[in-house]
Amino acid sequence: MTSLAPTPSQTVGPFYGYALPLPKGGDIAPEGDPRAVAVHGYVYDGAGQPVPDALIEVFQADPEGDAAGAPGSLRREPTTGRLNGRDGLTWTGFGRIATDPDGHWVVRTLPPGAVGEGRQPYLAVVVFARGLLHHLHTRVYLADQVEAAADPLLSSLEPARAETLLAKPERPGVYRFDIRLQQGEDGAEETVFLDFAQH
Amino acid sequence: MTQQPRPLTQADIDREIAEESAAYAKRIADGEPVAHHPDRGYAPYRSSVLRHPKRPLVAVKGDPELIELHTPVFGETDVSPFDADLTRQHLGEPLGERITVSGRLLDRHGRPIRGQLIEIWQANASGRYAHQRDDHDAPLDPNFSGVGRVLTDDQGGYKFTTIKPGAYPWRNHLNAWRPAHIHFSLFGDAFTQRLVTQMYFPNDPLFAYDPIFQSVIDPSAKGRLIATYHHDDSVPEFSLGYRWDIVLDGPGATPFEAEDADDEEQNK
Repeated sequence: MTSLAPTPSQTVGPFYGYALPLPKGGDIAPEGDPRAVAVHGYVYDGAGQPVPDALIEVFQADPEGDAAGAPGSLRREPTTGRLNGRDGLTWTGFGRIATDPDGHWVVRTLPPGAVGEGRQPYLAVVVFARGLLHHLHTRVYLADQVEAAADPLLSSLEPARAETLLAKPERPGVYRFDIRLQQGEDGAEETVFLDFAQH
Repeated sequence: MTQQPRPLTQADIDREIAEESAAYAKRIADGEPVAHHPDRGYAPYRSSVLRHPKRPLVAVKGDPELIELHTPVFGETDVSPFDADLTRQHLGEPLGERITVSGRLLDRHGRPIRGQLIEIWQANASGRYAHQRDDHDAPLDPNFSGVGRVLTDDQGGYKFTTIKPGAYPWRNHLNAWRPAHIHFSLFGDAFTQRLVTQMYFPNDPLFAYDPIFQSVIDPSAKGRLIATYHHDDSVPEFSLGYRWDIVLDGPGATPFEAEDADDEEQNK
């Protein structure tokens, strides 16, 4: 069977801000849905400094565990080419957010459903940034909505490492999830990043 | 009083690049597999130093139920007819050398990845991005934004008309210049195939000096970042033609493809 060598990864660089982010890019939940929650946090580098030029992408199942989102995340106006953003009604399951000057990001979404029997629900996340030559995969589990012991990934990690994948309830409907690209000098735990390579 | 550190020179970076290449050659000689992708920590690229995980990544075994083996979908509502021609997005003609960039988006088995969104962004002909924070002292072009997108066709094909971007300085070290490049963002048949990369132009004299390009150490892998000039793709009296095929990594996405693979296994 043919096996082609892959095209190598390169950094997203600092100057994607006029190209990739989109209006309402973090609003995955349809407008007005009473189930909507916010997941937010900061991205930090190894010195504990916020990363103001990171790009976060989220892909997730809907609350019923259906992973087949519709197109329309990056809607364009066909007559002018202007980026429209979302229509506010369609569930696409995809979000894209650039961190702000303080390294902060937020998505407004619906709690995901588990995909498959005996699975725990989560948001799949990739992180891009200036200085990051190859993006990083991680996951956000909503801490009060998962049975960590029942999840194959969470249960395989040391408890302190598994903690880095849990978004903590901050107040009703709001979860906090910080991403640490590297273990900081303050001893804070580096986020668990995932490798999907199959050999 | 602490002494001001001497600014990093190109010679410092050249030495580090040579050390990284020698270390890689030794690893290959010792039997390690070819590295297709750069390491996330590549010291000559200073921005990577504090931004790469120090702990090993946690391996997740392939499983068709995982959300990462599905993919976001994009369709006709996500693109507009103007998006693939970056020279037609404003009232006037942008300045610079017009080029046509085309190629195919494939998976590792050489199968086309159809209907997928390809996004590009780039500097203008003088090496300036239409980005607020790009303070390179080169002119902005009011007729060029440098953003394009297209959906791949049934053969996985894509095509953009644009302007050849210029080289530009950056502050990794004294006299740091980036070779001309176009940024590409690609989805795939699975979220695990997601790729952001850069396409370079053949015979660029800046390759040897650029720690971002050099972060891909394997010579054949480096070669896959460089487009080829195709005279037949050049449009008479209009543009020069470059071709660049893109191969996405990652496991096959669907059980259907797994069955395909089994069939081929049996037919061997």
